[in-house]
Amino acid sequence: MSEALKAILVRDLKLALRAGGGAGIGVMFFLAVVVITPFAIGPDMKLLARVGAAELWIGALLASLLGLDRIFAADQEDGSLDLLLMASLPLTLVAAAKGAAHWCATGLPLVVAAPLLGLLLGLEPTALGAAALTLLVGTPALTFLGLVGASLSVMLPRAGMLVAVLVLPLAIPVLIFGVAATEAASRGELFSAPFRLLLALSLFFLVLGPVAAAAALRHARD
Amino acid sequence: MRLIAENLGCQRGGRTLFRGLAFRLEAGEALRVTGPNGAGKTSLLRLIGGLLAPAEGRVALEGAEGRAGEAAHLVGHQDAIKSALTVEENLEFWCAVLGATGGVGLAAVEAALSALGLSALAQFPARVLSAGQRRRLALARLLVAKRRLWLLDEPGSGLDADGQKTLSHMIAAHISAGGIAVVAAHGAPEISATREIRLGGGA
Repeated sequence: MSEALKAILVRDLKLALRAGGGAGIGVMFFLAVVVITPFAIGPDMKLLARVGAAELWIGALLASLLGLDRIFAADQEDGSLDLLLMASLPLTLVAAAKGAAHWCATGLPLVVAAPLLGLLLGLEPTALGAAALTLLVGTPALTFLGLVGASLSVMLPRAGMLVAVLVLPLAIPVLIFGVAATEAASRGELFSAPFRLLLALSLFFLVLGPVAAAAALRHARD
Repeated sequence: MRLIAENLGCQRGGRTLFRGLAFRLEAGEALRVTGPNGAGKTSLLRLIGGLLAPAEGRVALEGAEGRAGEAAHLVGHQDAIKSALTVEENLEFWCAVLGATGGVGLAAVEAALSALGLSALAQFPARVLSAGQRRRLALARLLVAKRRLWLLDEPGSGLDADGQKTLSHMIAAHISAGGIAVVAAHGAPEISATREIRLGGGA
């Protein structure tokens, strides 16, 4: 069973990283959001440094919404999902493997890019590290929350915007605690209360996401 | 192992496709399902595979573990082929998910590719395949998934004469090894079926 789940994870990673897979789009969007911020706010370095952490989180949140709708829809369209449903694998674990692959292809690059983009906003080195750390802990929550939206809209064509609208309100707690944890970590309090709450949210969605997604996928079969 | 359908009825979007369908297939039998477009041939296969719920009646695979779908493999109109992966990667993936893994799996993948005449294309991305070659790749999955119940939806579409022959040999070998095949087909007289039902037109 673990071999089969590994195969799903590896296949989804390959598909995301090859031409047309869309793994790079999230990072490009993240870059675009961060780069246009100084044009809107103005070249006030102090102000930019103050809003920088929040800006990184907003950019990462929006970027992680891109491509969520393809997690299950691509497999639905070519019939792979039917075969995965018929495989003797727990659908919850299949959904978890697909979520993990999606995070590796789209979430992890955001975490890596965040400190570099933070430089553009004039963040202090500690704040750069803090943003990367909180994004590392927080982006899995966003991806696995998105798994639920992706499974609910699996039968709908061009559901990208719908998934974003479904997921965004539920992602607000992750954003709040993510930004609060980043600010606390920049002050040197690494394991602050917001950071622990962010960790709890991530663990919660890591479990709830695949279970809810599997239930939605079964329901979508008429 | 036997596949039993009793008083089976199917509705799609409020429209009744068929009802009161009953058949009984023992191991080593093949059933050909015919009927005009929209008669419910694909829906019947999806019902058997557990991808649709019957509106009435039941269909069950006796003598197999778990759900009927887990003992079945479906080759349908959607070929479950990823264009970005190579032919070999496509088959290896389904082999790992549905069949054997490791060395046994690799050998099975090679054997299946050569059985369907795809060995020379193994390293090419699936996007370069023609419709008939894609169908051959989808059929190769049957040989690596090693399920006892084959659900084939128009398996011969797009195949050349040689491919049709390979397909009928595959089905014949499968049922003589104690498998069951349910084949939805318009014509395809070359597929030797022991039983036949016709959907639509008063069925």
